[in-house]
Amino acid sequence: MTTPLRIGFIPLVDAAALIVAADKGFAAAEGLDITLVREVSWSNVRDKLNIGLFDAAHLLAPVAIASSLGLGHVKVPIVAPFNLGLNGNAITVSPSLHADIMKEIDGDRFDPMATALALSRVVAKRRKSGAEPLIFGMTFPFSTHNYQLRFWMAAGGVDPDEDVRLVVLPPPYMVDSLANGHVDAFCVGAPWNSIAVDLGIGHILHFVSDILVAAAEKVLAIRQNWAEKSPDMVAALVRAHLRAAEFIEQPDNRAEAAAILAQPERIGVDAEVIQRTLDGRLKISPDGAKRESERYLLVGRQGVARPDPAQAAWLYAQMVRWGQAAMKPDALKTAMDVFRPGLYDAAVGHHPAPADAPQAIGAFAGPPFDPDDIRGHLAAFKIGHWKP
Amino acid sequence: MAAESSPKIVIVDESPIRAAILEEGLREAGYTSVVHISEMHSLLARIYAVDPDIIVIDLENPSRDVLEQMFQVSRAVRRPIAMFVDQSDAASIEASVEAGVSAYIVDGLKKERIKPILDLCVSRFNAFARLQDELDRAKHALEERKVIDRAKGILMKLKGLTEDEAYVLLRSTAMREKKKIGEIAQSILTASELLK
Repeated sequence: MTTPLRIGFIPLVDAAALIVAADKGFAAAEGLDITLVREVSWSNVRDKLNIGLFDAAHLLAPVAIASSLGLGHVKVPIVAPFNLGLNGNAITVSPSLHADIMKEIDGDRFDPMATALALSRVVAKRRKSGAEPLIFGMTFPFSTHNYQLRFWMAAGGVDPDEDVRLVVLPPPYMVDSLANGHVDAFCVGAPWNSIAVDLGIGHILHFVSDILVAAAEKVLAIRQNWAEKSPDMVAALVRAHLRAAEFIEQPDNRAEAAAILAQPERIGVDAEVIQRTLDGRLKISPDGAKRESERYLLVGRQGVARPDPAQAAWLYAQMVRWGQAAMKPDALKTAMDVFRPGLYDAAVGHHPAPADAPQAIGAFAGPPFDPDDIRGHLAAFKIGHWKP
Repeated sequence: MAAESSPKIVIVDESPIRAAILEEGLREAGYTSVVHISEMHSLLARIYAVDPDIIVIDLENPSRDVLEQMFQVSRAVRRPIAMFVDQSDAASIEASVEAGVSAYIVDGLKKERIKPILDLCVSRFNAFARLQDELDRAKHALEERKVIDRAKGILMKLKGLTEDEAYVLLRSTAMREKKKIGEIAQSILTASELLK
């Protein structure tokens, strides 16, 4: 007997575990018959999950939290029993902004503090000359991309709400917008950064893992009431996803995984571009320069598939910092409760974190993150809406 | 409805036909102030230029996420907008998502005034979906008709049949094989391609 499930996703490489679980038979082995539904907006994914048109979804981690808190939309409690990806985004800038930053930079070009300070000098010069503020594209108000861009530039003294403009752009429009000069830079997931570099219209300035060592990106999201009613189904989903993630992380399987993801009805871009992302070996500039990182995108390795509530707390703290949520102890608790390591353990057993497991967050600026003291943590940052 | 009290409605839709159907419906219902935006570049700026009370967008449009930005307090956003949200409105939201449409409302507009507009959008979107479906079926029928005509031509030429005899042969073969006439006709075309 198989159980039919409809699961929504956005064509991005961090949907890898979900797509491979469905297309490589890992879900079928758990008795699940998954129909994947490709969507065009995060709003659609959220709404269709909320009203039950989807049983589960590939979702931005902050959207799962916002939905559970009822921020900007109907309040529907969501839980995440599986972390689909850690990191995986990059900041890409136009060739002219790249040249401006490199002219101003004092230090290593991969050091986010050096680039953020350089950006603040570029912004000051532009203001002096009467130029329009720089425009940065990101994917959604409640997105890691939004928070990563803000965290980075604010560390260098750039106020994201005063000194530049942050605008939401659907990922498939990012590259065109950069090419047409409608934005000067963007933060987005794979494959869009690589596509901009391949077209010669962008430079990857940072992997977001430069900014935060380990940041929860997308989760497998399900409605809390469905999770409570169908614990066996949740466990089967988690197991299928973990098997898929383990498959993807075997270097020998990467080419096959990339080919599965490249299918037109899945992500629909060249398999080679997808494999670059999985391997963490990216071309970062149109002249062909490459950069490699162990931490570019983690799909299940180093124990990262197990949801970590500290990640949810950090995301909630960003919502407070940037004026999207009020600072309330019960809201923090609700946010942390979205990430469910218990559901993960119930499915695959509890294993101690591997020795190489990354420390949650690990931001390049500010004090280490402490979920028990968000007030104290946020008080350390000068720029932001929230004031102690 | 008096013109001065008619809320200003923006329709964001890349399909000109569907937008026209919706606009017509709204005008018939007395909503005279309707603007259609089909160009997605600088969408927020275009919307602010119209300064609407209600924004209607189809769910196939990736720019829906751009509208979500209007909930935020930021420099890029001049006037906060709320979605038609209220825990009690779950049924309305379900109906609109299923119909493929979503509405964003400027704060302050009364709920009684929004509901009929949203209901109208839902029914017009459903009507458009039915129309699209009929159109697809008609197109399919036309295609099938062409295939059958070509298959008849081949049979007439190869077997020296009249048009009626060729059709009878197709139909009786379809019945015997428990297939559609279109499928038999298609296999004749495929076979004749192979044997060329």
